[in-house]
Amino acid sequence: MATIKVNRPKLSAGEKIYFGSIFKGMAITLRHAFKTLFGKSVGADELASSGMGITMQYPEQKWDEHLPEYYRGVPALVTDEQQRERCVSCQLCEFICPPKAIKIIPSEIPSDDEWAKVEKRPKKFEIDMIRCIYCGMCEEVCPEQAIYLRPDYIVTGTKRSDMVHDKERLYEIGGTRVGLVNKWNDLK
Amino acid sequence: MSEDATATAELKLPKDLAAEKGLVNVQIDGHWIQVPRGTRMIEAAKIAEKEIPHYCYHPKLSSPGNCRMCLVQMGMPPRPVPGEAPTFGDDGYQQIGWMPRPVIACANTVAENMGIRTTGELVESCREGVMEFLLINHPLDCPICDQAGECKLQEFSVQHGRGQSRFQETKIKKPKNVDIGKNIRLDDERCIMCSRCIRFMEEVAEEPVLGFSQRGTHTSVTVHPGRRLDNNYALNTADICPVGALTSNDFRFQMRVWFLKETKSIDLNCGTGCNTTIWTRANEVFRVTPRQNNDVNSDWMPDSHRLAFHHLESDARLTAPLIQKDGAHSSSTWTEAISKAAEGLNMRQPKEVAIIASARMSNEELYLAKKLADALGTDLISTVARKGDSDSKLISADRNPNSTGAALIFGNEDPSEKLDAIREGVSSGRIKALIVLQEDLLEEAGFDQSNLLGLEHLVSSHILANPTAAASKVVLPGAGFAEKRATYVNVTGRLQRAFQATLAPGDAREDWETLASLLSAVEKTFETPASVDGVIKALASEIPAFEGQSFGSIGDLGVQITETGVTIPLLEQEKARVESGLING
Repeated sequence: MATIKVNRPKLSAGEKIYFGSIFKGMAITLRHAFKTLFGKSVGADELASSGMGITMQYPEQKWDEHLPEYYRGVPALVTDEQQRERCVSCQLCEFICPPKAIKIIPSEIPSDDEWAKVEKRPKKFEIDMIRCIYCGMCEEVCPEQAIYLRPDYIVTGTKRSDMVHDKERLYEIGGTRVGLVNKWNDLK
Repeated sequence: MSEDATATAELKLPKDLAAEKGLVNVQIDGHWIQVPRGTRMIEAAKIAEKEIPHYCYHPKLSSPGNCRMCLVQMGMPPRPVPGEAPTFGDDGYQQIGWMPRPVIACANTVAENMGIRTTGELVESCREGVMEFLLINHPLDCPICDQAGECKLQEFSVQHGRGQSRFQETKIKKPKNVDIGKNIRLDDERCIMCSRCIRFMEEVAEEPVLGFSQRGTHTSVTVHPGRRLDNNYALNTADICPVGALTSNDFRFQMRVWFLKETKSIDLNCGTGCNTTIWTRANEVFRVTPRQNNDVNSDWMPDSHRLAFHHLESDARLTAPLIQKDGAHSSSTWTEAISKAAEGLNMRQPKEVAIIASARMSNEELYLAKKLADALGTDLISTVARKGDSDSKLISADRNPNSTGAALIFGNEDPSEKLDAIREGVSSGRIKALIVLQEDLLEEAGFDQSNLLGLEHLVSSHILANPTAAASKVVLPGAGFAEKRATYVNVTGRLQRAFQATLAPGDAREDWETLASLLSAVEKTFETPASVDGVIKALASEIPAFEGQSFGSIGDLGVQITETGVTIPLLEQEKARVESGLING
């Protein structure tokens, strides 16, 4: 392999003592500091910020209404308009999950249940939010349209166990989603 | 070879050369190979390492040719007109005239100078067509189907299917989730009518309870009215079912197969030692399935044996060494438990000590147990015979997996012959210290509670808590069949190996370690090997039958180390079917 010799750029005397660049930087900072005193900075209106720069004053102000449609927050399970839990515990999300945050224990739906023909649902469904990286692979892989990344992004807890979302919590976050494909219809 | 012979060989055509060896020349995808006369085309392709997709064909069952998935293009030399001599090309073969329509590879046998094309436009369009028909009424409920991940319909649909359905009509509805037997669940919608299960029950299990009912697209697999699929070999139908129509009740919805790790092992519930695969995730065993070994269990395994793994998860598992003090057991460390056990043995005369080992133990463990008996100076070492009825298939009358190994290692015909002497010695009070390995004396060994309580020093090793453990001064927890790497010799004299699939719970150890530390506590000069391989090495150098054997030399299918004259009935039945030309084998 040919060796490419890279020469250091030749610095002029002014550049060598650095001070010039430092003052240049300070001048830019000062210019913006004065600007914010006399008017709101760019983007401040959209974020409903105080006007003291673009900084959002969290937690008094929150991202909620400013989130884009495609925002990927916490993953959650959804029920459909028939109040059926859509997850059939196929465990594809568990398989695809890059940080291995999902843990599912499947179970059989008892024969006296209204949805006995679906046969299978999760007994346990846990997502460890310490592990979750919000990549959305679980949503993408789901063959039953059962798991979605919701706009919620505040996940806090005082213990590690608080950070594990169980099945109940996941359905609470997910809520009901309408307009999904209903595979388990009368023809099934 | 002399010059003459070379000259004749050059003159001979490939067909003559092959015929001398009972072979025929077949061209598979452009390559000429020699295969035995009478081979099915699908098997010939397997030899040529070409996969022909199939559903209904199974080498151990007859070939009805009803799935039509294995269609290939076939060609033969054109038949010469009367008086015309066949012409051979430069390579010595006749030119192949390809047939315009396909044939099934599973039910046709090869012939001299035959050509088979496993790829090509005709074959591929056939497969696509067959796949499309098979998927017409398939419910596509893969997300809830246990077969997903090991489903041939899924695999071939990806490889040979169209990817999209043109079927606009309503799919036929059939019974789903049908309870047809204690171990098996049937889903008729998923069934592709390959009839493997029907043929298995008829030909191998010899209890033909399954069959087709209805006609056309309504055809479905059913059990005979008033009968159930309760045969002890029924779960094999779930194994051979290429789709999820038959699934195991025990494994149903437990875990998706793609999470499971496969470990090669053998079954320890009887002397046959069926080859198995243990499927685990993390440290849990989810299922055990048979692994093909044509010298032991063919492709099959009894249900009662494959379902006998749940004790590994039992609440009664012993997880720490226990020492009895003032009538109550308390958990302790291995060092303490071993020294306590050895102390009670060392202080007694050789005549006062006996060992009851188990023929469920591996060769390595039995070898160390024998060494321990030698170190203690006693010749009272015995296993416990465990006899039952053979089912004339795979379950042997000998319910111990390693009786042959025990006989070889102890150097006597019947390793359990001294059991009566030990029992008598214990009840008369002559034997004061007893080591019990992997056996509950109150069961087959025929001891009673008073015998156990009369002993001054009882050391026992078990997997599960039991009355013998309860009466022991020192209890040493052992490892289950999936939790250790070990070798066993089956009833026919075949040395087989089992790999470790999971770890023993808590402080429980592999049994060879326990025996080795007990041995080194009794005999100070004994050097504990670093691993179980060291034990096999010592065993191989000492016992003539094991000479030259190691974990590696045994291989996945085992090696015959001695002849016992015992045969496995199912293999004999299979041999008869091969000879009658019913199956390929």
